[in-house]
Amino acid sequence: MTFSEWLDFFLPYVPGFLHASWLVLVITLLVIVVSWVAGLVVALGKASQIGVIRQASAFYIWFVRGTPALIQIFIVYFGLPQLGLGLSPFVAGVLALGINGGAYVAEIIRSGLSAIPRGQVESSLALGMSRSETLRRIVLPQVVRIILPAITNEAISTLKNTSLLSTITVVELTLYAQTIIATTFRPFEFYAATAVLYLIMTTLLSQIAAMLERHNARYL
Amino acid sequence: MAAIADNAAAPLLRIRDLRKSFGSHEVLKGISLEVRAGEVVSIIGASGSGKSTFLRCINVMEMPNEGFFDFEDFAFDFRAGARNQPTPAQLRALRARIGMVFQSYNLWPHMTVLENVIEAPMRVKRLARAEAVAIAESLLERIGLADKRGAYPSRLSGGQQQRVAIARALAMKPRLMLFDEVTSALDPELVGEVLALMASLAQEGMTMLLVTHEIGFAREVSTRTVFFDQGRIAEDGLPRDVLYRPQSERLQQFLRRVLHEHVATSAAREAHP
Repeated sequence: MTFSEWLDFFLPYVPGFLHASWLVLVITLLVIVVSWVAGLVVALGKASQIGVIRQASAFYIWFVRGTPALIQIFIVYFGLPQLGLGLSPFVAGVLALGINGGAYVAEIIRSGLSAIPRGQVESSLALGMSRSETLRRIVLPQVVRIILPAITNEAISTLKNTSLLSTITVVELTLYAQTIIATTFRPFEFYAATAVLYLIMTTLLSQIAAMLERHNARYL
Repeated sequence: MAAIADNAAAPLLRIRDLRKSFGSHEVLKGISLEVRAGEVVSIIGASGSGKSTFLRCINVMEMPNEGFFDFEDFAFDFRAGARNQPTPAQLRALRARIGMVFQSYNLWPHMTVLENVIEAPMRVKRLARAEAVAIAESLLERIGLADKRGAYPSRLSGGQQQRVAIARALAMKPRLMLFDEVTSALDPELVGEVLALMASLAQEGMTMLLVTHEIGFAREVSTRTVFFDQGRIAEDGLPRDVLYRPQSERLQQFLRRVLHEHVATSAAREAHP
């Protein structure tokens, strides 16, 4: 096979791969939104005064972190219909990965909050600032800087975890590659191309995060 | 800062029978204290005597379990179930008028010096930015750090950070300033600049309560010295009486120990300048 024959063979698949990659980014973004909502609720739940809420939050974190993401996806997609809640593969996938990410995000938020010295809050309250002003102006900006590296890692593993959704027929990048390979019998080239596309996306994410981190480090 | 003792008869701050417990441990066992405008009251005592807790009860960073409190138009009864227990809104209004400076400065590291000083006037007093900046600039000028307005706190020495923390409190134009061992975390050579600033505030008539281990400063700058012992006020009087003619055995012991340490550190400083 000459190079031009090789090019002619692969070129028709490029738009399909790009589209599948775009879908990966969309799913990742949606999962991040769900996991942040879940993570905030659970982080606050773990700090709650009410015992039941605290225990429920701890159970959630314990269960999610102690079981494989793939099993969580199967429970949501294959298991819930049995209880009368049938979801499309796409919705089930986003929900399952969001629930999964929420446990990790909750732990990240909790560790960020506990890293802020008590005196930071006290000096703000002592000037007459309200609790919500103190949270918004003094605590959260510092928390964001502290947790940014962990949040980046979490976003990157979310992006990679989207490939698990190939098992429940979401035609994202991994499943798309598999279907192409099933008809072309060229696993090496197509899986290599798939890996490169994932690599481009994860590198992009960490570059953006590094930029933000440099911006946030100006006062250190 | 200017209005001093125009009504010398009425105290600015009046506290009666203040009690505070942490769990089963009673830290303040009935404190009564009146402070007039323009007074500079130094509070001394061993660690654990309750002096810092008392200071933190004055702006209600700690909620007392019992006691009566009058400051300007605020009147509180801290007993559980009392009708005039402070509301959250009252506490914010009270704290806006009482400045507090901490041992560990507690500047906000993600804000510049100027942003630290204008934050509370803008948020709490709803001042326009230009107005808050004008106040902050004159304060930074006064503490000799005008050129640091754009710097982040991590670039400043401990003494500079503490002076900015004092400016941050003064920007709210408080009627009363609380200083909680503000030089204890500083390197010895940086203590002087902070004490000098506090002395100049005292000369201008600022009403001040300061918890301190600097006996010399207490003697020279304060108008009154209070000795805390085991959750009670054991002695209260002119600095020269309390510090030079201590009545109680406990205060004599305390002063011997503190002055001994002071002499020891002075000697060490002279030996290794």
